[in-house]
Amino acid sequence: MKFAVVVFPGSNCDRDMYHAVKEGLNEEAELVWYLDADLSSYDAILLPGGFSYGDYLRSGSIASTSHIIQQIKKAAADKKPVLGVCNGFQILLESGLLPGAMLANRDLKFMCHQEELRVENNKTMFTSEYQKDGLIHLPIAHGEGNYYCDDAAYQQLKDNKQIVFTYANNPNGSTGDIAGIVNETGNVLGMMPHPERAVESLLGNADGLRLFQSILTYWRNNHAIHA
Amino acid sequence: MPSMLEISPDQIERNRLYAEMGLSDQEYKQVVELLGRRPNHTEIGLFSVMWSEHCSYKNSKPLLKKFPTEGPQVLQGPGEGAGIIDIGDDQAVVFKIESHNHPSAVEPYQGAATGVGGIIRDVFSMGARPIALLNSLRFGSLKHPRIKYLFEEVVRGIAGYGNCVGVPTVGGEVQFDDAYEGNPLVNAMCVGLIDHKDIQKGIAAGVGNTVMYVGAKTGRDGIHGATFASEELSEEAESKRPSVQVGDPFMEKLLIEACLEVINHDALIGIQDMGAAGLTSSASEMASKAGTGMEMNLDHIPQRELNMSPYEMMLSESQERMLLVIEKGREQEIRKIFEKYDLEAVAVGEVIEERRFRLSHKGKVVADVPVDALAEDAPVYHQPSRVPEYFKEFQEMEDYQPIIKDYEKTLIDLLKQPTIASKEWVYDQYDSMVQTNTVVTPGSDAAVLRVRGTKKALAMTTDCNSRYIYLDPEMGGKIAVAEAARNIVCAGARPLGLTDGLNFGSPENPEIFWQMEKSVDGMSEACEQLEAPVISGNVSLYNESYGKAIYPTPIVGMVGLIEDTDHITRSDFQRSGDLIYVIGKAQADFGGSELQGILEGRHFGKPPHIDLGVEKERQNHLLAAIQAGVVQSAHDISEGGLAVALAENLFAQQFGCKVELEGDTVAELFSETQSRFIISVSPEKQKEWEQLMTEAVLIGHVTDDGEYRLNVNGEPIIHTATNKLKDAWKGAIPCLVKSKA
Repeated sequence: MKFAVVVFPGSNCDRDMYHAVKEGLNEEAELVWYLDADLSSYDAILLPGGFSYGDYLRSGSIASTSHIIQQIKKAAADKKPVLGVCNGFQILLESGLLPGAMLANRDLKFMCHQEELRVENNKTMFTSEYQKDGLIHLPIAHGEGNYYCDDAAYQQLKDNKQIVFTYANNPNGSTGDIAGIVNETGNVLGMMPHPERAVESLLGNADGLRLFQSILTYWRNNHAIHA
Repeated sequence: MPSMLEISPDQIERNRLYAEMGLSDQEYKQVVELLGRRPNHTEIGLFSVMWSEHCSYKNSKPLLKKFPTEGPQVLQGPGEGAGIIDIGDDQAVVFKIESHNHPSAVEPYQGAATGVGGIIRDVFSMGARPIALLNSLRFGSLKHPRIKYLFEEVVRGIAGYGNCVGVPTVGGEVQFDDAYEGNPLVNAMCVGLIDHKDIQKGIAAGVGNTVMYVGAKTGRDGIHGATFASEELSEEAESKRPSVQVGDPFMEKLLIEACLEVINHDALIGIQDMGAAGLTSSASEMASKAGTGMEMNLDHIPQRELNMSPYEMMLSESQERMLLVIEKGREQEIRKIFEKYDLEAVAVGEVIEERRFRLSHKGKVVADVPVDALAEDAPVYHQPSRVPEYFKEFQEMEDYQPIIKDYEKTLIDLLKQPTIASKEWVYDQYDSMVQTNTVVTPGSDAAVLRVRGTKKALAMTTDCNSRYIYLDPEMGGKIAVAEAARNIVCAGARPLGLTDGLNFGSPENPEIFWQMEKSVDGMSEACEQLEAPVISGNVSLYNESYGKAIYPTPIVGMVGLIEDTDHITRSDFQRSGDLIYVIGKAQADFGGSELQGILEGRHFGKPPHIDLGVEKERQNHLLAAIQAGVVQSAHDISEGGLAVALAENLFAQQFGCKVELEGDTVAELFSETQSRFIISVSPEKQKEWEQLMTEAVLIGHVTDDGEYRLNVNGEPIIHTATNKLKDAWKGAIPCLVKSKA
């Protein structure tokens, strides 16, 4: 399976994502500079964290206007897995691939530590290797991770089972404790916690690896059917 | 016409304009002699920044020579952007610490942020990828609203820059003392990783080669920053706000990636960042080191503002700029790499044979000086030194004996001291994990990062107990180095070397110069004994406000090598049932202690004594035991003594402990005697451990009931819930920050 890690100017978790796939999952990964905009040969698209364009204007907003977004939208329409983590999630929100918006953290401070998460939906291509309602730990590292949507949108997310991860102890004020959501078709996941930082026990936590394994399982099953 | 406004050489001399730029009458005369004529406005500007303490080390050079700087592992000692130490497998570690005290005192957010940006550039200009940031901060008491503001903004500034640029902030220290009320200290350290073949130097070699300017445009920010950093702070400091630079971490991130691409290009001859004294220092130093000269046409300098004068361009400290020397004719290849990142790369000059530094602007030569005059011929001062009265008085004092009524309350009071209390409020704001190498995150004795693709890891720490150094600079200097090494060894590493951040008051005050001299003596001796050479550093003098100097604060930033990730050791207890040992006997060492501060409101007397031979032996044995796999956790006993160290070991996993001590209760609990450790060992390894560490004394074991139990001479002294202690320790700083003074 071949993963594209899209690198924008200011992305800084791109290599971490790359290593998570290469060393954690033992699958192929390539860093794709945002101007080299052909994503058609990849099986999954990863949008890493960081500060694309320095978070100027609004986090994720400038990146969301770059040409490669059309390619990402096409991959999403083709039902390929698209994962945006942290700044990647913010870019997915800004480009309209996911509903809602991101506000500054409740305490107006950047925060970086492990958080306990609940797996709300394990019937997605990103979470099949987790238990439903299972508690996992993933690191967060963000200043603007306070997910916001209005009541109607929240109800819709709930009804469609689009809420994938919630915080056990909401650290940033997110609506409905939301830590990660998928689109209606379930192939675009945006999440603030960093699964790519939790793929080996040496660094204290391997709970994130199962997310990448889920994507691989999905791809293998899907591939087997087509093959 | 600018020429109408140009200040004439005559005016400079007559109105002593050089004095406003920080040059003395004598120094002005020296410039005239070197040039064989009177300098013009631009030229005197060049000399004033290059001869400032910040750039020339004119007051500290004689002392810096005392540091041991060599060792088989040292690939690059002091003198380049950062020092380099071999870690085997053709890899090396690059590191340096730098101060940004004065800017942070007047504009804390940008002062701290650009301090981080500057030290990162020092490291990647050597060709290394920056892999970690640390810092060392000093503030006055958090009771004052101004100090809270400085503290909050400095932390926010460090976070704002480091987080964005994608280099994890993995460790550091923060201390609070009235001595820093008017003059906080902000020292930032960066560690980088490099392959031997990629090591770069800042040299302008090869006559005819092209000088290229890359990165951000030059503006009017930070003009005379280096001079400002070499003065005492006064009421006018606020008016020096324009001397503070403004940082753009996004630009820096692009610059890192572009420069690390460029170092693999064979057209690159030399690379240096534009730090203090901007274009002036980078250009003249590169030429001076290569034994060449340089010509620059200032019309080509990318400018952010209109009508900038040569003086302003040369003295600007605008951030995120680098100077490159490129093989002639291959500029386009370099330009292409920078274009990818939307960065400018502009040819601005040429390396020349004649050893002159020549600048032209609008068709006229605006400066023409011997290149070594700026970088090499700066005056060197051997300042007079005098033993201060306070020191004589302290040395004659009887040993201070604290009287304690309530041991539990005293322990809680100590845990609440901001210097001891949890720094989670601080480090939670730093991204400590980006780049996914951080094995031991902030809060332990030292941070640990693995070296990807190998079994190795690096331990790193910053340390300095300035109270001890104030009481006795020589003894305190030894302790600063020894304590840093202790932290490195506790993590399972062998110390490789250190970078020093020397922060003092005015060297023109003989008593301050004596503090400098003695602390450097003490540090040098400890470096020799502990085999940790000094490979880089920074000097920040004139840290005074309203005539009051800070405590002498020579910060030690140390890096150690862990041979195998299996040796990585944490400071806190790991498992219930493990045996607790103490290494080293407590004496009544309370001079400069936290306890003295609480009880007396000031520090006096003699600091703890340190025997470097004992220190070295214990560190060696402990490291051998860790490498043999018999140690579960290792923590040094420092501020607050054993009772505090023991409590800190319980917090992460809410353990309890049962400990029995023998001896004088106050000393056993709170003394800050040196070269001591608390170690935990699993019962299965007891025999092996006791054979390896014959000095260790079994004092108890770890429990899972969350109760802190400590007896002395068979009498119960403290019995309380771990959680009660933890709440005091964890809540102290957030509580002080939130409280309205």
